[in-house]
Amino acid sequence: MREIDTAVIVETIEKLCMQACYQLGDDVKQLLKQAREREESPFGSWILQQILDNIDVSREQQLPLCQDTGMAVVFIELGQDVHITGGSLTEAVNEGVRRGYQKGYLRNSVLTPLERKNTGDNTPAVLHLELTDGDRMKITVAPKGFGSENMSRLIMLRPSDGIEGVKKFVLDTVLQAGANPCPPVILGIGIGGTMEKAAYLAKKALLREAGRPNPDPQLAELEQELLQKINAAGIGPQGLGGGTTALAVHIDTFPTHLAGLPVAVNVQCHVARHAQAVL
Amino acid sequence: MIKRITTPASDEQISQLQAGDMVELTGVLFTGRDAAHKRMLEYINNALDKGQEPRDSLPIDLKNQGIYYTGPCPAPPGKIIGSCGPTTSYRMDSYTPQLLDLGLKIMIGKGQRSPEVIEAMIRNRAVYLVAVGGAAALIARCVKKAEVLAFEDLGAEAVYRLEVENLPLIVVIDSQGSNLYQTQPSQ
Repeated sequence: MREIDTAVIVETIEKLCMQACYQLGDDVKQLLKQAREREESPFGSWILQQILDNIDVSREQQLPLCQDTGMAVVFIELGQDVHITGGSLTEAVNEGVRRGYQKGYLRNSVLTPLERKNTGDNTPAVLHLELTDGDRMKITVAPKGFGSENMSRLIMLRPSDGIEGVKKFVLDTVLQAGANPCPPVILGIGIGGTMEKAAYLAKKALLREAGRPNPDPQLAELEQELLQKINAAGIGPQGLGGGTTALAVHIDTFPTHLAGLPVAVNVQCHVARHAQAVL
Repeated sequence: MIKRITTPASDEQISQLQAGDMVELTGVLFTGRDAAHKRMLEYINNALDKGQEPRDSLPIDLKNQGIYYTGPCPAPPGKIIGSCGPTTSYRMDSYTPQLLDLGLKIMIGKGQRSPEVIEAMIRNRAVYLVAVGGAAALIARCVKKAEVLAFEDLGAEAVYRLEVENLPLIVVIDSQGSNLYQTQPSQ
């Protein structure tokens, strides 16, 4: 049994919150650069340049990429040979978020859903805990902004809708969202499982290195087909026209019930933030 | 060509802006998003119920002014403001026509607006401009002064008075109701 103290977890999450909000991954930056070179729309290329400039300013000045520093979504893959000492894991996650958002001058956006009362420290985080083999602990902090989260959708398709039904739902979601989710976007798509499993797969697909295809060649092909169709629709950067509506499409699947075909599309804006550490 | 506008804006400045124009805005802007809009409308409707002038119920005089839909991050030490990019505008749609009727001339946000908002914009000769969503650190550099003016209890959703310099924007819906979101992607 390897022991990990909650104090280390708090400190790690605090740092990851700030890192995620100030430093965009090189994978996303690379896709944005390629898009700017390809983009023919004058508004589109101007916007992509503004986005790229923003990434540099944010990193240099330690200012958040986006003022919507999101709801903190924390994924923990916990090795089953780890023993957590020093208190509750959930409380450690929330304390890390609390400190990270305060020390990093990040915006507190979390409130009670009906009364709309701000909790004042951006907690609670949404914690996804998965038990894995080994004695390590992998922590990923993915602050999720709601401009794009609000444009995300889930549907329980009929099995007869098949793959064409999936494609139609994904395209409709992007077209309906238009300018609202701050395109160019990255799409996380979960197909199969149950209702909540599809949503979880979609969210988790956003953590993949941007643009890296699914290892399954058929799914990789579907990702490419959807990416091309979405970009052919012409919504463009910020919805002002152009060939760059999505930077990447990430699909993950899970076996489902013979009576169903759940599909979840989690829309992520170009500020595709996630930072990771392994303890 | 980039058009320059200053706020508070004259009717003449507003009427010269056309959908598709790139603009640099200098002057005063008020911030306001979901919670501030909700509260302003409560004040307006209370005043109307009591037979009072709705304009007097608000902490800001909207005549010829601009509202920027943003909820800034806290300002780190030594900075005027934290990152402050635009938030999605459609959430303000149900509150907007009444604010336009009180003289609001400029709205800055991102994303689509409802037909009711566009109708009220034409009626009141107002414009809707968009800032680049997610370019929030870059936009913060255009802010030269920031102070909380009202609704401080709303935190990031409080109404700030900003003074901005050369804030880059695109006119998406002009005072004639011409809408770049509808014309541009199909071209």
